[in-house]
Amino acid sequence: MGALIEARGLTKRFDSFVAVAGIDVDVFRGEVFGFLGPNGAGKSSTMRMIGCVSPVSSGTLRVLGMDPAVDGPRIRARLGVCPQENWLDEELTVRENLLIYGRYFGLPRRTLADRAAELLAFVQLTDKADAQVADLSGGMKRRLTIARALVNEPEIMLLDEPTTGLDPQARHLVWDRLIQLRQEGVTLVLTTHYMDEAEQLCDRLVVMDGGTIVAEGSPLDLIRAHATREVVELRFVAGRQQALAAEVADLADRVEVLPDRVLLYTQDGDAAANAVHQRGLSPPGILVRRSSLEDVFLRLTGRTLVD
Amino acid sequence: MAALIARVVPIPPVRGRGWLLVERNLMVYRHDWLVLVSGFFEPLFYLLSIGVGIAPLVGNFQVGGHAVSYPAFIAPAMLAASAMNGAIADTTYNLFFKLKYAKLYDAVLATPLRPVDIATGEICWALIRGGLYSAAFLLTMLALGLVFSWWAVLALPAAVLVGFAFAAAGMAGTTFMRSWQDFEFISLAILPMFLLSATFFPLSTYPPVVRLLVELTPLYHGVALLRALTLGTPSWQLLVSVAYLAAMAGVSLWVSSRRIGRVLLK
Ligand SMILES: Nc1ncnc2c1ncn2[C@@H]1O[C@H](COP(=O)(O)OP(=O)(O)OP(=O)(O)O)[C@@H](O)[C@H]1O
Ligand SMILES: [Mg+2]
Repeated sequence: MGALIEARGLTKRFDSFVAVAGIDVDVFRGEVFGFLGPNGAGKSSTMRMIGCVSPVSSGTLRVLGMDPAVDGPRIRARLGVCPQENWLDEELTVRENLLIYGRYFGLPRRTLADRAAELLAFVQLTDKADAQVADLSGGMKRRLTIARALVNEPEIMLLDEPTTGLDPQARHLVWDRLIQLRQEGVTLVLTTHYMDEAEQLCDRLVVMDGGTIVAEGSPLDLIRAHATREVVELRFVAGRQQALAAEVADLADRVEVLPDRVLLYTQDGDAAANAVHQRGLSPPGILVRRSSLEDVFLRLTGRTLVD
Repeated sequence: MAALIARVVPIPPVRGRGWLLVERNLMVYRHDWLVLVSGFFEPLFYLLSIGVGIAPLVGNFQVGGHAVSYPAFIAPAMLAASAMNGAIADTTYNLFFKLKYAKLYDAVLATPLRPVDIATGEICWALIRGGLYSAAFLLTMLALGLVFSWWAVLALPAAVLVGFAFAAAGMAGTTFMRSWQDFEFISLAILPMFLLSATFFPLSTYPPVVRLLVELTPLYHGVALLRALTLGTPSWQLLVSVAYLAAMAGVSLWVSSRRIGRVLLK
């Protein structure tokens, strides 16, 4: 079966600035697909083109087998969108937001009354049904935005940073819901800055930087291809990293120097850590951990992924 | 009128969903119905203050060979001006806020709705609201003995047409606004028009050059239309006014739809 979303050489230009520089992407039915990248990587620009609210500058894009430039409204009828900035209707209550959004999709009021109640329960906002949106906390607004995106029972959900700014509890609630949706067969496309989020949720992902795709695959594939099995983090007194990195360079496959620590990429973290101690370097902080997407990212872009 | 507009504006013949924006606004005003009701009173205060306060100082006027009291002369002009003001308020300040700050339409455009639906929907809302106020105004005129002919029945659709022209024009202008300061331009256009469009004095009292300028303003045509209908002195010339206002509405609606798309679908 063909891809639900198929992009070839997809490009977005704002005047002369290139925000998305010719990316190729395929998203298949039922998968969770992630765009991972730092601020300004072009994630939202890509999502907006897929959501048919931003014209493609060049390249081709097909969503649900249709061309956004021609069939925008018909495609959007089958998408659920959770934009980066919520864009809830602050003049309405929580329930009304769902009702009117469903009406925009042409759904009958009778259906919507029930669906709004179900969706509010799904995102645990039943208690807040009659509250004004302006009075909700950030996490509640995010959950309401997710509920709103589901009102038309979409085939594809586009989630632009679904959990940014949420506390750990709210974040886990959102993850649970997304996993549940995936089990129901909804195709999820999400962007994130969080490595753990991408590792937890995504079947496949692309790493974007400066408008281009720098790597793609499953989280595990990416870690295997671009990082070692384990990482040793050494925290030294600021200013001494560079000098010390030279002393431990032979202990690892690769060494990365960051402002606050030195990273040793190695197959055996404990052995490397012991060797560091034996040389009498005794850093104030030492941590052995499995490598993560963060390391992949660092490798690919030479930067840490912090906002 | 609808046929004319359909010819002027190439709206695709898809069943519009603009109505859903009206539904949305009704939902908002369910919480806030007092604001809606207060809109009835503003034009009535004008009418009463002028009718009771100024009229006795002015005496009668000659319009088309008839003697007309000052309140009867000025009431239809107030009706036209309030249709204009109401429409402008809805599609300029209110629209700008929703467009730039509330980001309402960004969310709406993620659904099957299109920019043209937003433009027609918001204008439709402005016209429904304005139509209610105009109807109340006309009934008040009737009660005060300021309506002189059955032609006045057409004054309601005519007032709605005036609202349509200004709502659409206001919306088109708003899509070009960058900040609240730019709204000065709207006041700059509205106030002289309000004072000079044969609102307070008959056109014959102006010098010829000014008269020509006045005849070019849309409010003049609105005033002429409503005045002829409530006084019962219609002429074929009014069709020019109707065509003027309809063309203004159609072109502005087209510009608005295009611009909303341009501003939001980046
Ligand atoms: N409407 C616009 N006009 C001009 N430039 C824009 C516009 N929207 C985005 N850009 C630029 O395009 C680049 C990519 O932006 P985009 O929002 O896609 O990044 P992002 O990956 O979503 O970043 P973030 O993680 O901060 O949300 C940025 O440099 C941004 O300044
Ligand atoms: Mg973004």
